[in-house]
Amino acid sequence: MSKRKPYVKPMTASWFLNNRFHTLYMLREGTSVFVGLYSLILLWGLAALVKGEAAWNGWLGHLQNPVYIVFHVIALVACLYHAITWFSLAPKAMHLQKGDQKLTDKPVVIVHYVAFVVASVVIIGVVALGGAA
Amino acid sequence: MSQAMMRVTVQRYRPEQDDAPFMQEFEVPYADDMSVIDALHYIKDNLDGTLSYRWSCRMAICGSCGYMVNGVPKLGCKTFLRDYLNTGLTVESLANFPIERDLVSDIGDFVEKLEEVKPYIIRQDAVSVQDGEHLQTPAQLTRYRQYSLCINCGLCYAACPQYGLNNEFMGPAALTLLHRYNQDSRDQGRDERIDIVNAEEGVWGCTFVGYCSEVCPKGVDPAAAIQQGKVESSKDFVMSKLRPRRSS
Ligand code: SF4
Ligand code: FES
Repeated sequence: MSKRKPYVKPMTASWFLNNRFHTLYMLREGTSVFVGLYSLILLWGLAALVKGEAAWNGWLGHLQNPVYIVFHVIALVACLYHAITWFSLAPKAMHLQKGDQKLTDKPVVIVHYVAFVVASVVIIGVVALGGAA
Repeated sequence: MSQAMMRVTVQRYRPEQDDAPFMQEFEVPYADDMSVIDALHYIKDNLDGTLSYRWSCRMAICGSCGYMVNGVPKLGCKTFLRDYLNTGLTVESLANFPIERDLVSDIGDFVEKLEEVKPYIIRQDAVSVQDGEHLQTPAQLTRYRQYSLCINCGLCYAACPQYGLNNEFMGPAALTLLHRYNQDSRDQGRDERIDIVNAEEGVWGCTFVGYCSEVCPKGVDPAAAIQQGKVESSKDFVMSKLRPRRSS
């Protein structure tokens, strides 16, 4: 008779706390909560804009509330953390080679940062110009 | 001069008498060049002959000696006591696999998955031996070489929480092996493998944790192969609307 009795270790609900890499991964995934909430607030603003000036000013008033300001700072940090970790992973999604040599990850990461800076400058520029006009 | 000793904590599990694994401490003589399997050998030869663990080549090529060392998937022959002087050293069987006995885990599921991806060159147009060999340029070799360096050690499965949570997921090494054959210029089996790629248990079961690539002892970078598989799968989704597949 077989004496085999393979033992399966259960995975606990807090599995991601046992390993630093897994903790950072969950942190990366957790940033989506803040990005999601931020998008909802933005949608709410859009809805207010459609409703009319009073609603729009009301929404702007809400945003002055320290709770919202603190939330936006946290959401910004979460977004940046997500972007940085994402940029460092991005090269994995493509295989680039020159002749018979595989390219290093660096150029892909740099392109992502350049695109990020350019997009940010353009968007902030447009908003600033729009505000001035 | 008295011999320096180091404490090594080892997971034990004897199915005929234990209901669950437990930890056992051993004192082993310490040397700078001593690997984890050297320590296990010392224990087996001098302290407790019943200790079971797998190993073979002692040079990071057979892939038999995967253990969790202080909670991190490592090859026992490529991991040295000298790096654990300050932290202490605990050796357990590979995570996410059933424990067969002591440090021996049951990797049967992993091996079956490796077989499932059709890891061999598939040709649609039959060529005869008289036609000679299939030539391949160095540039064509570069497209898959890294993914062919896998030693099937299973460390990436022990690193993968998605496999741990649901072992229906094909997992890092199997999907990488699949990608390796798809990238081979001599192969024409892409259409036969695409259903495995597209499946929920295929590349889309991966949430890009990335730890597999971190722990891989051979620089295979399975996470990269899987992300490229996602690109392939997305392309296939669009293309399948435009052209029929080669029948599989
Ligand atoms: S991909 Fe790396 S970690 Fe995974 S089985 Fe192969 S050699 Fe081991
Ligand atoms: S003993 Fe062969 S890889 Fe470690």
